[in-house]
Amino acid sequence: MSTKKVDPDWLTIFIYLLLVAIGFLAVYAADYNDLYPKIWDTTRNYGRQFVWVGICMFVALIIQVFDTRFFTAFSYLIYGAVLLLLVATLFFGAEIAGSKSWIKLGFFNLQSSEFAKFSTCLALASFLSNKKTDLNNYKHQLIAAALIGVPTLLILRQGDAGSAIVFVSLILVLYREGLSGGFLLIGVLAIVLFISSLLFDFPYIIGILGFILLMTIIMSQGLNFRSMLTYLIPIIGIFLGSIYLEPLTFLIVLGIAAILFLFAAVISKSYIVGLLTLTLFCSIYVKGVDYIFNNVLKEHHRNRIGVVLGTIEDNKGVGYNLNQSKIAIGSGGIWGKGFLQGTQNKGDFVPEQSTDFIFCTVGEEFGFAGSCTLIGLFIILMLRIIALAERQKSDFSRIYGYGVVSIIFFHFFINMGMTIGLVPVIGIPLPFISYGGSSLLAFTILLFILIKLDSERLLYLR
Amino acid sequence: METINLRRFIIQAIIILLSGVILIQLFVMQVTDESYAAMAANNVIRDVTVYPSRGQVIDRNGHKVVNNEAVYDIIFIPKQVQELDTNKLCKLLDITKTDFVNSLKKVRKSKGYNPLRPQTLFKQIPGNVFSKFQEYLYQFPGFYTQVRAVRSYPYANASHLLGYIGEVNQQQIDASEYYEMGDYIGISGIERTYEKVLRGEKGLKKIIVDVHNREIGSYLDGEEDKEAVAGKDIQLTIDINLQSYAEELMKNKKGAVVAIEPASGEILTLVSAPYYDPNRLTGKKLGVEMAKLKKDTLKPLFNRALMSGLYPPGSTFKPLMALVGLEEGAFGPSFGYGCGGGYRLSASQVVGCHGHAAAYNVKEAIKHSCNAYFCRAFYLVLENDKYHGGRREGLTKWHEHLADFGLGVKLPVDLPNTSKGMVPTSAYYDTVTYRKEIPKSENDPKWKSNWIISLGIGQGELGVTPLQLSHMTSIIANKGTYYYPHIVRPNKWDTSSIYRTPHQVNVAKKYFDVVVDGMESVVIGGTARIAKIEDLAVCGKTGTAENPHGEDHSLFIAFAPKEKPKIAIGVMVENAGFGSRYAAPIASLMIEKYLKGEITEKREALETKILEANLIK
Repeated sequence: MSTKKVDPDWLTIFIYLLLVAIGFLAVYAADYNDLYPKIWDTTRNYGRQFVWVGICMFVALIIQVFDTRFFTAFSYLIYGAVLLLLVATLFFGAEIAGSKSWIKLGFFNLQSSEFAKFSTCLALASFLSNKKTDLNNYKHQLIAAALIGVPTLLILRQGDAGSAIVFVSLILVLYREGLSGGFLLIGVLAIVLFISSLLFDFPYIIGILGFILLMTIIMSQGLNFRSMLTYLIPIIGIFLGSIYLEPLTFLIVLGIAAILFLFAAVISKSYIVGLLTLTLFCSIYVKGVDYIFNNVLKEHHRNRIGVVLGTIEDNKGVGYNLNQSKIAIGSGGIWGKGFLQGTQNKGDFVPEQSTDFIFCTVGEEFGFAGSCTLIGLFIILMLRIIALAERQKSDFSRIYGYGVVSIIFFHFFINMGMTIGLVPVIGIPLPFISYGGSSLLAFTILLFILIKLDSERLLYLR
Repeated sequence: METINLRRFIIQAIIILLSGVILIQLFVMQVTDESYAAMAANNVIRDVTVYPSRGQVIDRNGHKVVNNEAVYDIIFIPKQVQELDTNKLCKLLDITKTDFVNSLKKVRKSKGYNPLRPQTLFKQIPGNVFSKFQEYLYQFPGFYTQVRAVRSYPYANASHLLGYIGEVNQQQIDASEYYEMGDYIGISGIERTYEKVLRGEKGLKKIIVDVHNREIGSYLDGEEDKEAVAGKDIQLTIDINLQSYAEELMKNKKGAVVAIEPASGEILTLVSAPYYDPNRLTGKKLGVEMAKLKKDTLKPLFNRALMSGLYPPGSTFKPLMALVGLEEGAFGPSFGYGCGGGYRLSASQVVGCHGHAAAYNVKEAIKHSCNAYFCRAFYLVLENDKYHGGRREGLTKWHEHLADFGLGVKLPVDLPNTSKGMVPTSAYYDTVTYRKEIPKSENDPKWKSNWIISLGIGQGELGVTPLQLSHMTSIIANKGTYYYPHIVRPNKWDTSSIYRTPHQVNVAKKYFDVVVDGMESVVIGGTARIAKIEDLAVCGKTGTAENPHGEDHSLFIAFAPKEKPKIAIGVMVENAGFGSRYAAPIASLMIEKYLKGEITEKREALETKILEANLIK
């Protein structure tokens, strides 16, 4: 057996150490104060982060001592245990900043949702690596969805929508393991329609959809009178309905029409009717998003989305965080203002600057050069993880690897994107950089399990 | 295997593409867009409000009446506070821990709370406490102080006319461009009417602060700063010593005293009793003391001199009645009328009168205050043949004359909340039906002269404020020429002031001579002999206003000296009986004090009696 053991991937470990070091310096800069210049002051964020870095190093080492079979054999058990922890949090958790996602342990507050990330990856890897699993079988699709969905719902119940959304990223794993690309496309279509439904009025969107549909029909069937008629009547119907009907009535009418068209499409197997059915479902989606946005979502959700889309301009109220964050990053220039010299961070203009908005510190004090370095490190890390995943002999390790990269990528993109106004403000940390014990520890475990698996990649795991 | 590699490629592509989007956005923000650097610079400029000192107030002789006393607001920037030693802070500021916790809660809950901006934690810490705290200020990072001023009153007098200042309320903030939360504003008295003069203009200082919130210097060398403009001082027309003496005299009584200089319309004294020490409504105790004053059943906050328009003037109205009758030609100066113990309205109804010598002319009628005479006089004014409109026109004429003398109209005095009193018009009586009789013609209204005859002797529906009473007296003293009464000398900043224009009533001077002679005889040998002052020609008129709720109100109007009068005065003492009992001695003592400087030995007994009288049970 020992002959099959190889060195751990030093490149990944090196990047990890670099990121953690940058993170610590960023937290130190964000929380720095003349009165408390000592790095090991545990009453300050950076002092505590220092302790956490130490703990993480220790845990990373421990993971390397485990037998790899531990992770395959106990993956469901670990998954189940974390689910129990999530449920327990719902009952015994402490409410901090509006979400009940913390368990008070005296010396620190444990955020259970952070640990659900690696446990779900393990369980998903276990399930998908089973030879009987076929992702084109809808039963197996449902099981996979449930494995991801249960922790998501529990975290959503805790009131931490940001952490819950992270699990959506695991669709990349499913895609890699054979799920039809159609799902990915539907996801993209859903996001595009979602944003356009908030930006434009319904008639415009239907107009554009109708035009695309018309072009498709003409290109496939030519100028056929019958197909034109079949096409025009429902489109005009949707158009008029959106103008004259109450939103809720319109949604119900659309729903009934969509079901009727679905039956018709299945029976007639007509290409046009199928496309029309799709258009109807799109209409329901667009109108539904609009309706939910205006009638179901809470004010602060609406505002956050509105600020990013530019439909709300409010630099003092809702948009305050984002605006201050952009000013801090934007004022960094090419080379930055220098370590501990950031006026915006020091002036405490940026809120949550050592957790969710930690990138502001990097952007302001190290400028575009610093930002490029950080993003470059993340890109190298993510591509390296994909390379690690692909060189695994065992499916379990590969799938787990993709799980790791999906989650890191999602955190990275959403967190960076929100600080510069590309995506709505969703409160999730930047991996390895943001202040917070739970987050750092969970990402360390997530990554170092992969490093451990990779170090025994010549082994087949069941 | 090929599709699998394609999928790996797609995932890698997604990662690289989206990371690229972030990099491009960062490049745009950090490298190409300069505006963020400018916005960052703006973030570190702090606006500091500079508060001007509020104007001070002196009396007509230059005595300081309203002073400013420095107090200190404790301000803190929550985010800058480090390891606060609460116990020490509370001890130094001389407050309890509960107070501290409560104010902290209040600050956090307040509208627009921002932990990065200065918040006022405690207001109006007195100087002696502050100096102790200042020594230790360095131990409380994030804490600052702001000097503010509260009013102090060296003389504990004139509370009603001086008024008080307090913090602006939300309505006032919304209604103006100037006021902000925590600013002070004049709420009553001259603090309110002269708010804009007294307050000055706030200034604005822009300072640059560094990363650690320390002040580096002024922004653009102070180019955009706005200097604070100090409030202007104002001079009252009040003689604070006379005011103080009047308040002494009105101690333990309810009522009002208003003295005016006839030649200028300047108010010398304005007392509403019961009064309170203006020092009670300053600083931190304002709220508590205000609540106490509001609860007081004697209503010390109510300014009886201006606000109460419900006192009938009683017989003090008779000189004016005579003037109106003479001017309208209803009767001549030598008109005589037999009293016979009252004015006969009908076989059974008589307006009573007291026993007195015959009122064979206007002067004698005023001297003896004959009720029958003035009822007849009023009757003659109403039923004057020269009016083609009948008694309705007669009453209107009478009303016009009264308005000329300031009765039934809102006097443009520079104090808030003045009442216009009550002088009924013919339209008023047209709507109030006394008996359900139908009028015979247009010119013959539903009401008859005799039904409203008591107006002629200052009773009935007539109501005046003590200020109006004094103003009327001042016009009589000055024989028809007058200025609007005012309490602040206008000359310093206002050349077009309404208080500098003389006015003239529509009554011939010769009639004033008759009436003034009558008023002199009142003091010499009439109803107010008690008001006589040696070597001084005092003119006066007593009044006793019927009060259905209790004992009659005691009234007196007077001026002196007879020629070139220096002071005209109106006194009203609630529930004090005859005018000669309290009102006349008070007015007389004040005149003596003002013109002679002191009370003669002979009259000290009277003075003591008035000072010690307690009419509030």
